[in-house]
Amino acid sequence: MIETGTSRVKRGMAEMQKGGVIMDVINAEQAKVAEAAGAVAVMALERVPADIRAAGGVARMADPTIVEDVMKAVSIPVMAKARIGHFVEAKVLEALGVDYIDESEVLTPADEVFHINKKEFTVPFVCGARDLGEALRRIGEGASMIRTKGEPGTGNIVEAVRHQRMMQSQIRKVQAMSYDELMAEAKNLGAPYELLEYIHKNGKLPVVNFAAGGVATPADAALMMHLGSDGVFVGSGIFKSDNPERFAKAIVEATTHYEDYALIGQLSKDLGTAMKGIEISSLLKNERMAERGW
Amino acid sequence: MKVGVLALQGAVAEHIRLLEQAGADAIPVKKVSQLAEIQGLVLPGGESTTIGKLMKQYGFDTALQQFHQEKKPIFGTCAGMILLAKEIAGQDWNHLGLMDMKVERNAFGRQRESFEVDLDIKGIPEDFRAVFIRAPLILEVGKNVDVLASHDGQIVAARQDHLLAISFHPELTDDERVHGYFLEMVQEYRGVETV
Repeated sequence: MIETGTSRVKRGMAEMQKGGVIMDVINAEQAKVAEAAGAVAVMALERVPADIRAAGGVARMADPTIVEDVMKAVSIPVMAKARIGHFVEAKVLEALGVDYIDESEVLTPADEVFHINKKEFTVPFVCGARDLGEALRRIGEGASMIRTKGEPGTGNIVEAVRHQRMMQSQIRKVQAMSYDELMAEAKNLGAPYELLEYIHKNGKLPVVNFAAGGVATPADAALMMHLGSDGVFVGSGIFKSDNPERFAKAIVEATTHYEDYALIGQLSKDLGTAMKGIEISSLLKNERMAERGW
Repeated sequence: MKVGVLALQGAVAEHIRLLEQAGADAIPVKKVSQLAEIQGLVLPGGESTTIGKLMKQYGFDTALQQFHQEKKPIFGTCAGMILLAKEIAGQDWNHLGLMDMKVERNAFGRQRESFEVDLDIKGIPEDFRAVFIRAPLILEVGKNVDVLASHDGQIVAARQDHLLAISFHPELTDDERVHGYFLEMVQEYRGVETV
């Protein structure tokens, strides 16, 4: 019997992206640059996070025309973002045929209590998380891939580092726990017990875990791989840099060869200026996208 | 027996797990120099455009021609199958071009059309749970290519001497029989002299 949309098919899609770079693009032309540089997928958006931040107001799902243009332009998978809790935006994206939906804090949340019930969909979802509890709540709702939230559109890696370190440290802690302690820890983290059992046995999330939110240079990407990420999302970091083609290629190579420091040195030479960054402490609390999601 | 999994991008750890489950030593291969250590190579699933570019950049394209000349078995799954194919529908270039077949990328459609199904594979007793993800198809094969499995009348697994190509992802299951089949090929071709 043929089955579509099984959790194996949805999670498996993310497995195929491992070791790769997923790039934010806002039109067909950028999508082609990303594909030519070796991106494993593109995220079709109306604006990159840095511009969403600058524009202010309510950020919503992209115009379907942009998503369709990008889908026509490249043969690699195309992702798109829906607002947290906005299951109708997600259904629209699924109907358009996108390959993956990001229920994303980069957009303005549509629901301050509930995330989308992602198990209902045939298309897989990726969600952001700052720690293990948040990651497991999203997986419990049906997310097939997790990424750190970081702080999108800042070009500052510090929050992504914080989130990945937190997640990995909590995973190690749960792995080392006695079985008797798991239920109390599930309560403590606000995470489904069965998923904690999985972490205890396997020492990793049951889905692929990428880095996102602040990656701006090849060395940033390699750093996140060292901290246990399976791959990297780059939002504003490529098309807000001086030389998107070269930045894109260099970040792809640095992600593959994250332990080859001589190569990363070569890749980083004369790249031009990376995107202008933002110091996190200069952001007001309501400007922090990572705080969105529950 | 020591085999490798090309580790430029894609589902590498899953292949290593099943190769070990099937009884081999398996290593991730990131550098051309590592090819000398292994008797067989898996080209994993991932994005064929990405893996193809990185292969070329690091000289795997020429090094694998040599590996092939030495009759060392190569096993491509999904993206790996595209890398092996002599001809790719809709484009006038190929990656390694080692296997006499024409393939079509994303032949079943987009991710929402991805599926799993029980499949009858020649040489493997009893059905195999085959997971197809944005999978390619084999449209045509040369006369030296043996078809091992079809789904809906279309070819999804084939073998040509020491080359094996399948559209689906055995590495996403816990069933090591396809990997075992590949290891038998590696065993069979061990010590075969270069012609």
